[in-house]
Amino acid sequence: MQVELYERIWMGLAAVMIACFLAVMISSSVAHAIHPPSHVETIDPAAVGSDPDFSRPRVEVRRDGSALVVGTAEMFAFKPETVRVPRGKPVTFRLTSPDVIHGYQVVGTNANAMILPGYVTQFTVVFPRAGEYLVACNEYCGLAHHLMQGKVIVEEPRLAGQLGPGQQAAPAAAELGQAAARGAGNGAGHGGQHGAEHAGRETRR
Amino acid sequence: MSNAARIAAGAAPLAAAGGERAAAVEERAAATARRHRLEVLHFAVAVAAFGLAAVMGVTQSLSRAGFEVPFRNEAVYYVSMTAHGVLMAIVFTTFFIMGLGYLLLRETLGRIALEGLAWASWWIAVIGTAMTTAAILSGSSTVLYTFYPPLKAHWSFYLGATLVVVGSWGFCAVVIASYRAFRQANPGRPVPLAVHGILTTVIIWLLATTGLAVEDLTMLLPWSFGLVEKIDPLIARTWFWWFGHPLVYFWLLPAYVIWYTILPRVAGGRLYSDQIARAVFVMFIIFSTPVGFHHQFGDPGIGSGWKMAHTVGTYIIIFPSLVTAFTVIASLETAGRMKGARGLFDWIGKLPWSDPMFASIALAMLTFAIGGFGGAINAAYAMNGMVHNTAFIQGHFHLTVGTAVALTFLGTCYWLMPRLLGRELKFRRLAQWQPYLWFAGMMMFSLTNHITGLEGMPRRLFAVDYQGAAVARQWHELTMVSAAGGVVLFVSSLCFLAVVIATAFWGRRIEPPPIELAVPLAAQPATRNVWERFGLWTAMAVVLILAAYAYPIYHLYAMHRFGSIGYQPF
Repeated sequence: MQVELYERIWMGLAAVMIACFLAVMISSSVAHAIHPPSHVETIDPAAVGSDPDFSRPRVEVRRDGSALVVGTAEMFAFKPETVRVPRGKPVTFRLTSPDVIHGYQVVGTNANAMILPGYVTQFTVVFPRAGEYLVACNEYCGLAHHLMQGKVIVEEPRLAGQLGPGQQAAPAAAELGQAAARGAGNGAGHGGQHGAEHAGRETRR
Repeated sequence: MSNAARIAAGAAPLAAAGGERAAAVEERAAATARRHRLEVLHFAVAVAAFGLAAVMGVTQSLSRAGFEVPFRNEAVYYVSMTAHGVLMAIVFTTFFIMGLGYLLLRETLGRIALEGLAWASWWIAVIGTAMTTAAILSGSSTVLYTFYPPLKAHWSFYLGATLVVVGSWGFCAVVIASYRAFRQANPGRPVPLAVHGILTTVIIWLLATTGLAVEDLTMLLPWSFGLVEKIDPLIARTWFWWFGHPLVYFWLLPAYVIWYTILPRVAGGRLYSDQIARAVFVMFIIFSTPVGFHHQFGDPGIGSGWKMAHTVGTYIIIFPSLVTAFTVIASLETAGRMKGARGLFDWIGKLPWSDPMFASIALAMLTFAIGGFGGAINAAYAMNGMVHNTAFIQGHFHLTVGTAVALTFLGTCYWLMPRLLGRELKFRRLAQWQPYLWFAGMMMFSLTNHITGLEGMPRRLFAVDYQGAAVARQWHELTMVSAAGGVVLFVSSLCFLAVVIATAFWGRRIEPPPIELAVPLAAQPATRNVWERFGLWTAMAVVLILAAYAYPIYHLYAMHRFGSIGYQPF
């Protein structure tokens, strides 16, 4: 097939551009450990209310300063509604839904995940700036979808032993691994990820 | 009355000859309309769906900005949003594409094989459309056009949608049968480029709707009939997005067929390269389906390695679109040069910017350049978290399917009507303004949605104020601009509807202009070549689909899962 010179140049440039896009994307996601929430764990949506973990929506602050947020997204509220987390420390969210699909978007950050009934969404983010962030449901879930909102308050890390309202102390940081192994039939995430969460970076707003 | 009889009757011979000519034109125009009845009825359903959906679109954009439009409440808003999505993205597009496909088969191959099946398919798709529309408007199926379970619609919603797809499969069978008949009658001769493109569209549609059929037949229908109690939301989403992304190419490729085979002719030029166009179509067959996880980056239950693999697939499929941009723009340059342009850019000014079809498509292509790069952001593994399910997404697809595709189709209607109905376009001035209005309105609507999306505003919202949350206040003004864009788009839609309806019923009968497609610049190979190995390309596509989906889907089914009961939104 005969291809004109200019056409060949254009095709070459297009291919190079796409290769650059992919190279930048892959190298940056590896270097900064930015991965989409891809945790693999299942749960019975009908039993969320009696689940030992999810029936207690809460924030736990560990000794190393990192935090764990356990909660639910349901028609039409987030539990806990207000979440206080430390600035600059890894914050791991573990969320599920007892009813329909919801979204969990911490507005102004790249913490943005789908909450599916029957599955546990887990991801870790670091919030570099203190402040109050709106949490919005970004998947249509019914008539009051637009009213479904929560709050993430990012605070300066407290000294060990000092707890803010709505926070409770956690003895060790090992519970996460156990939690991930607890869900029925999860095991290794496919594609080389092992059910572990991924550290996202908060991005500039 | 024969000529001789007229003259014998003593009428003034000249006037009689004039009358005779007029009668003959009338006769030929009517014959043309009869010949194209199948296509015309497809376009008619498309235009009707477009009109209804346009009214809903403008009320949504106003309602979201807080204007008290009549009947404004949450239920009406989400019913209307479901209807707008289904009618625009599925009904308008699918019927237009089927009509265009039949027309191109008839004009380039001389005949449509299995025309009876084509008619039956039209009826099936129309009945399906009526069922789904009724289910939505009754308020029992407010599940939006993505219908993610466990939101549950009335069974007639799913059944109607199934019938539309079954009707489209009939169309696919007609295209394939017509192509085979052509091959048998013309051993060794390459198929016309337009049919090459339509056949590509059909192959992609069959690969894509396989996923939808599995979701529909094994999950949604039994569940909505009450045969099973529970459904798995993640597996349903996975099958849906197997279908949902190649759906984009089902919309886009017929527009590309128009850009490659009709537009250069309308502009007065040649097609720059026929062979490259065929190569582009082949690339779409191979790469368009194994990309669906880029819609599911935020989902749990799917490993990030697979998400990355689908990202790579998505970026590969950008390539044929970039090649298309070159070929189509180079074709337009030939048009400008043939009209005497000499400089680097003066050929642009020589193009027929006041021709409604040309202007529509030129603006559609310009819009696609913006929308395409936005799409690359959506599909970016590490950036998606910033835009996923925000207003950025609706901004994006209103540029791509909502303008690159839709405005191409609207503009093509202006070109089609005289040729299919033998009627002169009415209100030509309105038709000339309409694409520019659309472009302006869409820029106001979409660009503001891109910005508010980057600022974190979710999509699909009845109201954006979040009860006074500080961050939500900055969205308000841009949402007002977006609503104004919606109004401009609606005015543009009204112009389009006025021209089309007035032309169809009251347009002056004229001699139907010929349907002529673009001629390639260089002589084409006289024999069939590698681009026509459709079986081979489809087999490669299937291999890639299996590589991208077989293990993740197996893993989902093998996992211990619980399933969800259904929820009726209200």
